[in-house]
Amino acid sequence: MPEGPGEGTAGSSAKRTTKKANSHDFVEGDCYAPAPENTDHVSLKRSYDLFIGGKWVRAPKKFETINPATEEVIAEVGEAGPKMVNRAVGAARDAYEKTWSKMPGRERGKYLYRLARLIQERSREFAVVETMDGGKPIRESRDIDLPLVAAHFFYYAGWADKLEYAFPGRKARPLGVAGQIIPWNFPLLMAAWKLAPALAAGNTVVLKPAETTPLTALLLAELIEEADFPPGVVNVITGAGRTGQNLVQHEGIDKVAFTGSTAVGKLIQKTLAGTGKRFTLELGGKAANIIFDDAPINQAVEGIVNGIFFNQGHVCCAGSRLFVQEGLVDTVLRKLKRRMESLVLGDPLDKNTDIGAINSPEQLTRIQGLVDSGREQGAKCWQSSQKIPGKGNWFKPTIFTDCAQSHRIVQEEVFGPVLAVQSFRTPEEALEKANNTPYGLSGGVWTDKGSKIFKITSQLRAGVLWANTFNKFDPSSPFGGYKESGMGREGGLHGLGAYVQLSGR
Amino acid sequence: MSTPPIFPDLRILSTIDQVGVEERAQRFQARSIKKESKLSALKLAITMLDVTTLEGKDSPGKVRQMCAKAMRPLPEDPSIGPASAVCVYPRLVRVAKEAVGESGVKVASVATAFPSGQSRMKERLSEIRYAVGAGADEIDMVISRGKLLHGEFRGIFDEVVRCKEACGEAHLKVILETGELQTYDTVRVASEIAMAAGADFIKTSTGKVQPAATLPVTLVMLEAIQDFHDRTGRMVGMKPAGGIGNAKLALQYLVMVKETLGKAWLTKEKFRFGASSLTNDLLMQIRKQQTGRYQSADYFSKD
Repeated sequence: MPEGPGEGTAGSSAKRTTKKANSHDFVEGDCYAPAPENTDHVSLKRSYDLFIGGKWVRAPKKFETINPATEEVIAEVGEAGPKMVNRAVGAARDAYEKTWSKMPGRERGKYLYRLARLIQERSREFAVVETMDGGKPIRESRDIDLPLVAAHFFYYAGWADKLEYAFPGRKARPLGVAGQIIPWNFPLLMAAWKLAPALAAGNTVVLKPAETTPLTALLLAELIEEADFPPGVVNVITGAGRTGQNLVQHEGIDKVAFTGSTAVGKLIQKTLAGTGKRFTLELGGKAANIIFDDAPINQAVEGIVNGIFFNQGHVCCAGSRLFVQEGLVDTVLRKLKRRMESLVLGDPLDKNTDIGAINSPEQLTRIQGLVDSGREQGAKCWQSSQKIPGKGNWFKPTIFTDCAQSHRIVQEEVFGPVLAVQSFRTPEEALEKANNTPYGLSGGVWTDKGSKIFKITSQLRAGVLWANTFNKFDPSSPFGGYKESGMGREGGLHGLGAYVQLSGR
Repeated sequence: MSTPPIFPDLRILSTIDQVGVEERAQRFQARSIKKESKLSALKLAITMLDVTTLEGKDSPGKVRQMCAKAMRPLPEDPSIGPASAVCVYPRLVRVAKEAVGESGVKVASVATAFPSGQSRMKERLSEIRYAVGAGADEIDMVISRGKLLHGEFRGIFDEVVRCKEACGEAHLKVILETGELQTYDTVRVASEIAMAAGADFIKTSTGKVQPAATLPVTLVMLEAIQDFHDRTGRMVGMKPAGGIGNAKLALQYLVMVKETLGKAWLTKEKFRFGASSLTNDLLMQIRKQQTGRYQSADYFSKD
């Protein structure tokens, strides 16, 4: 082999010295040469206002949004106080009563189709901004988030003129104004999940993106403007928890849709009790990924990786608890660790990056705290050996073995790249442990035997179940949880049902 | 190997999920290999080539030309290459051996009634002995796919063991002809049998059946190699062959090897490309990386 490391002596050629210095040699180098996504085509403003009633309204206060990988300020956005919330809800009410609910479904559908096409046209740009603002790898925002965003709008655009047939024997009418609060893990995708069914059914919307990731929602507002939606049909107000609280409490809204933490979800439920407002909550999770000894092992290992390390584990349906049939534990762990070592951690804008930045310093602290508790409570911690960049928020892919059901890392949602591994001997034991959690959002089963898939999944108490795969999404498939993972479903016909009131014909 | 090969316990093999393997293979295609990484990978790929001609119309002249190209792929740049080996029919081994001389380029010969394997064992073994006697350093054998699909796993094992014996010092590559095996599970079983029987390399295809090498089927075989290594400590080599027509695809294969088996397999001792038309595209891409411009195909010799 030519040019091994450490061969560059004083007399060696200049070429060899460079090779040693930047170490991107395919075989001997630490990593591939940088392959950053082009950002020239992205034009962001320094400052963004609130999108209310089809106009950009200046908020008195502003706050900064920061790139979690570089700690640089990307832009500043408005902080909507009670007045602005009131104005947005008023604009939505106006639009609901005067135009949107009166418009024939096929016309609403045209707007949604137009929006979906505009998103496709500008998906590269949106993907870059999503990655800059949130820290997720460009590969994911480009190949997963953005295609799904467009797909959701296309899917619900199709329902807009078919409401008459969606719920046989009953008439579907819109609810009114929906207040929608979305999280920072899939900023644009969650906006699409919320907006598309609401708009298709004839509701108008006030959308509040998460404070750490407001940019793509604001870009989406620009697209909504470009698509010539009637003013006030979609309003985007940025701000922190307080803004969301004002929105939830506002008397002028008919429905609250929230995706986020279970703690905030409970708070919203309390606030809404007795008000008659409808709500759907999509909250935390602690999904069990169960590997039986007849599973396709190499693909299962890949599924474990996709389950927990996708989007740095910032996924409510992440497969954060792994259950492996006892005889396979050593094999699975050996293969899993090897696979974890091949993950590329670093610049989210690099096309080869698998693990991007943790979304915020607060989240990093929370992950670190739970990992510390795991160590203290006696679980064995293993982390892969990637180098952490000097700046930004990062966390290495982490697994815990020797976990007990009572450990906090098994009980609580980490929302980071941290996996708790346990073993089981019989299917009964796997089911008992898997269901022994306050959550119930998702789960996965790995076995080559079709009958076992049905037997196990029919007894797992979780809203979304995958067999021999994990973290797969489709607009036509409903998504939502049991128990503390929330109530109501998003996606599919179920998701449409959450935005209509049904009555006899 | 000192101990006689033992028929493997096939019950311990994991099944393969087709969708999962194909999805994983796609991930490797999404890797973006640039600049220095790309140039070093392209140069590496040249050294892993089994430059091949396997046609009825092959002549001594054609083989000599091919050998010249394998020894010095880019006449103006001696740092490129040489290729690993030239791969020919048994009748042309002597010509090839003479042509490559002491250059370090190996001579590989297909044998055992290539490409179908439809002949008596006696003739298939004597073909190996003939090729080795003529100077072949490596033998690319085919297995009896009919037997394998019929479930005669022991028969395949014995076949490979006897071919390995017949090879003597020559290295043995076992061609599974994955295009005829069709399912990944069958490929996995065939890989295991071939490795346990003493194969130095396992190889996807003859190039005479479509589909030949694909990324997913190669991934299945790489993972079989890894499992075998974990269990026995023996490093078996991998050779995808047929259908790898351009540099971009070749690099995707290398990325796959790097990210599954690791750098220990990124040598010509453990990984080869069986290809007849890949060389010039690799050379063109190397030139492009070095100069920033593409050169006309007329600046690369067609041998």
